[in-house]
Amino acid sequence: MIEIDGLTKVYDTTTVVDDVSLSVEAGEVAAVVGTSGSGKTTLLRMINRLVEPTSGTVRIEGRDNREVAPYELRRHIGYAIQGHGLFPHHTVGRNIGTVPKLLGWDKQKIAARVDELLDLFQLDPAHFRDRMPHELSGGQKQRVGVARALAAGPSLLLMDEPFGALDPIIRAKAQDDLLDIQRRLGTTIVLVTHDMDEAIKLGNRIAVMDEGKLLQYARPQDIIAKPATDFVEALLASGERAFRMLSLTHVDELVEPGAADGEPIAGTASLREAYALLLWTRRDALPVIRNGEIIGRVTRAALDDKAAAPQ
Amino acid sequence: MKWALGLRLVAVVLLAAFIFAPEMFAPVFAPLTQFGAPPIYTQSAILDLTLSHLMLVGAATLAATILAVGLAILVTRPFGAEFLPLSRSLANIGQTFPPVAVLALAVPAMGFGAGPTLVALFLYGLLPIFENALTGLESLSPSVREAARGSGMTGLQRLVRVELPLAFPVILAGIRLSVVISLSTATIGSTVAAKTLGEVIIAGLLSNNTAFVLQGGLVVGVLAVLIYDGFVAIEKIAARRMGQSVPGTA
Amino acid sequence: MSLATGRAGLSPVSISRLDKLGVVTTLIALAGLFLQPFMLFRANRIVLGDPLELWQSLPAFVWVPTLGVILAGIGLTLVKTPRTVRLSAGVAVLALLAVVVGVSASYLTPEGDSFARVSPGGGFWILIFAFALSVTDSVARLRLGPVPRVLALAAVGVVLAAILYSGLWSDLSILKEYAGRANSFWQQVQVHLVLALGSMAAAAVFGIPLGIVSYRIVRVRAAILNALNIVQTIPSMAMFGLLIAPMAWVGATIPGAAELGIGGIGVAPAFLALFAYSLLPVVSNTVVGLDTVPREPNDAARGVGMTDLQRLVRIEMPLAFPVILTGIRIVLVQNIGLTVIAGLIGGGGLGTFVFQGISQTAMDLVLLGAIPAVAMAFAAAIVLDAGVELSRPKGAGAQR
Repeated sequence: MIEIDGLTKVYDTTTVVDDVSLSVEAGEVAAVVGTSGSGKTTLLRMINRLVEPTSGTVRIEGRDNREVAPYELRRHIGYAIQGHGLFPHHTVGRNIGTVPKLLGWDKQKIAARVDELLDLFQLDPAHFRDRMPHELSGGQKQRVGVARALAAGPSLLLMDEPFGALDPIIRAKAQDDLLDIQRRLGTTIVLVTHDMDEAIKLGNRIAVMDEGKLLQYARPQDIIAKPATDFVEALLASGERAFRMLSLTHVDELVEPGAADGEPIAGTASLREAYALLLWTRRDALPVIRNGEIIGRVTRAALDDKAAAPQ
Repeated sequence: MKWALGLRLVAVVLLAAFIFAPEMFAPVFAPLTQFGAPPIYTQSAILDLTLSHLMLVGAATLAATILAVGLAILVTRPFGAEFLPLSRSLANIGQTFPPVAVLALAVPAMGFGAGPTLVALFLYGLLPIFENALTGLESLSPSVREAARGSGMTGLQRLVRVELPLAFPVILAGIRLSVVISLSTATIGSTVAAKTLGEVIIAGLLSNNTAFVLQGGLVVGVLAVLIYDGFVAIEKIAARRMGQSVPGTA
Repeated sequence: MSLATGRAGLSPVSISRLDKLGVVTTLIALAGLFLQPFMLFRANRIVLGDPLELWQSLPAFVWVPTLGVILAGIGLTLVKTPRTVRLSAGVAVLALLAVVVGVSASYLTPEGDSFARVSPGGGFWILIFAFALSVTDSVARLRLGPVPRVLALAAVGVVLAAILYSGLWSDLSILKEYAGRANSFWQQVQVHLVLALGSMAAAAVFGIPLGIVSYRIVRVRAAILNALNIVQTIPSMAMFGLLIAPMAWVGATIPGAAELGIGGIGVAPAFLALFAYSLLPVVSNTVVGLDTVPREPNDAARGVGMTDLQRLVRIEMPLAFPVILTGIRIVLVQNIGLTVIAGLIGGGGLGTFVFQGISQTAMDLVLLGAIPAVAMAFAAAIVLDAGVELSRPKGAGAQR
């Protein structure tokens, strides 16, 4: 659990982060959204003290982050950045093992951990362990970057536009993988992005920032339903909020007994995808399958209900 | 590329043969002499001169490397940042000093012998190494710098594990430039009585013996080419590991 | 007063008010003041000198205020003061030192003694170095544009010329060496300039077309650049020496060559050697310059139907010009230095004095050759750097 209290950063005369307070529950993903210059990255960097705050405190699991030396603190917090920042002169394995080595783990333990992480990120250890970063594709580099951040098993992971350099298709896959890994490891994540879709997809909670101020910090559905300010509404591109609302929920949650005709949809798909299929095929209900078996149906009426503004 | 390697091998063999047994080459240089002058310089052994020449250059370059890299590290730390603009303009101004002038100015201060030569080579050698070390340390990609800090490396760990290894090929290129200039400048040291291969050339100039001038020049030139190539090869290996191209090898 | 503020600066609060560079220059300047002699006095031009401290080199009514100004200058650079104050303090101390060294020479030279030699000692040079550092730092931080830089250089030149003309420095040993050979000095300066500038011009005339050819025909590029690279590794003394014999042969056998001044002795071998060294920077910078012309203007030029020649003249060459000019700057600075070597083979130039001085162990004579050569190289660098900067299109990134 992270508690940020009255955090402020002033450079010369400009206030980059202005009295921000928020807390992130253990195991949750908090997505900080804002335009460039909103102070979101500075906020993130104050958590692991890459930037020292002008005032305010950050407590991680109840302990003030100023209790230990900055480098000591950072070794226990994962950090993944845009453009991955892999060390070009180290092999993939050595890159991933950076923090464990700094922590003084023994060689076998580091090697085992590296292989474990490569496996977790679907990179064959035998093939990738001794590769140099420049031999990898963009998506592979990004995965290695996140693997490096998780190497020492931190309970907190900070991510600064981690998918910013990826093209849309690879990005979607990388986001799915991250969510999957996050659920398995139970890592708390604070993620900075300028992309509201990404925030909605990944965040259990979304913090919207503008000009250093925290405008709203709430669950995605609340942000979509009740944007606190015009800026938040503009960021949401409110013309699409019905679809955004639908994209929050999986078909699984709306399955009802009954039959429907035609092409089925997977239970893991989002309601948004289901709605698109309904419209496209001029149907009122879709059969839902899970593990290849039809488990029921999802109806247009149910979707309409879900997409409408909460009363 | 095979013939290039062969050419280098031939150069190494010929150079070694000349350094160890220069008399063997007397017939080659004889046509360049007049009035029965000796075709091969025998006043001092070519081997001794070559070793002394290389030692001077090596010692000056080593000292210059240590100081230049040290200074570049200093001015790229927050503590020394105040010295950065000055050191950069000093490096620029220093490049305009002709090596001969550095030598000439060192003589009044130090007298004759190896001393002023060593100082001139050292001072002049500082500049390319400092400039390259500065470039290497400063051109580190921001995301790598950020990642090193973010993963909890201390200042010293970042320097030793990330910054210096990444700047290594560029620093090496600076040392290469410095060595090649020094090899040539060291010959001038013989005008102030330093023991270098310049002695052979000067003897040739004084006695109008083109054979001496040529053999002195050739030994230094071939040494320079081979050392240059050696450096480029190491830089290539170092840079290729990181997927970079080799700096400054037009 | 200044020392007092310096000492008071030891309390923790005011240590932060000390300028880091100021601390360094202060230490250097104090070493110059107290550890090394300010002036050297010699009974004649080749004996060892007697060291004299500042207070021994000048009458009391001069050295006391001089010491005061120097200490004040140190004080102003030691603590954090505005840039313009530091710059003015540095320039003032340098100017004062320039005047005082001349006064001291006149003061120390016994009436009517034409053998005595007075020259600045290590302490003087160290003081100059310390304050030059401080001035250089201020100037670097001011980020002067190209035109002010050239103007500042011109101003310094005018001041130096005025000092020399006024006779203020006439009793300094280096100017006594000059007085004995004023005619040949200016003649050698002329030869030096002709050699350095002439070989540069020749290298530009041949090198730029060669560079264009190397750029266009990739197959010859590596061969040309490698050959020129190897030329650079031949030590300059050997290069000058090796060209004597061929030049002598050309002068003796080719009709008319001797009348043009081509021969084994004189400027011809030196000129050719400098030309050979000059080709690499010109050719490689031409290639690099053309190579870094962005694609878009080239494509646009093709799109509007320019021929290759039109493209070269109207698009590529103007865009590559700053890089080519950088190559010419490298050549000129390098040639001014290398021309000194010509003195060793009788090619003339300022090297004549350098090598004469070395063989006579007359260090003032060495300086008479070396200092003007350094000054010329320095001035050439400033002027051509300004030219490079001005020729660069506005908004283009600074590259070298």
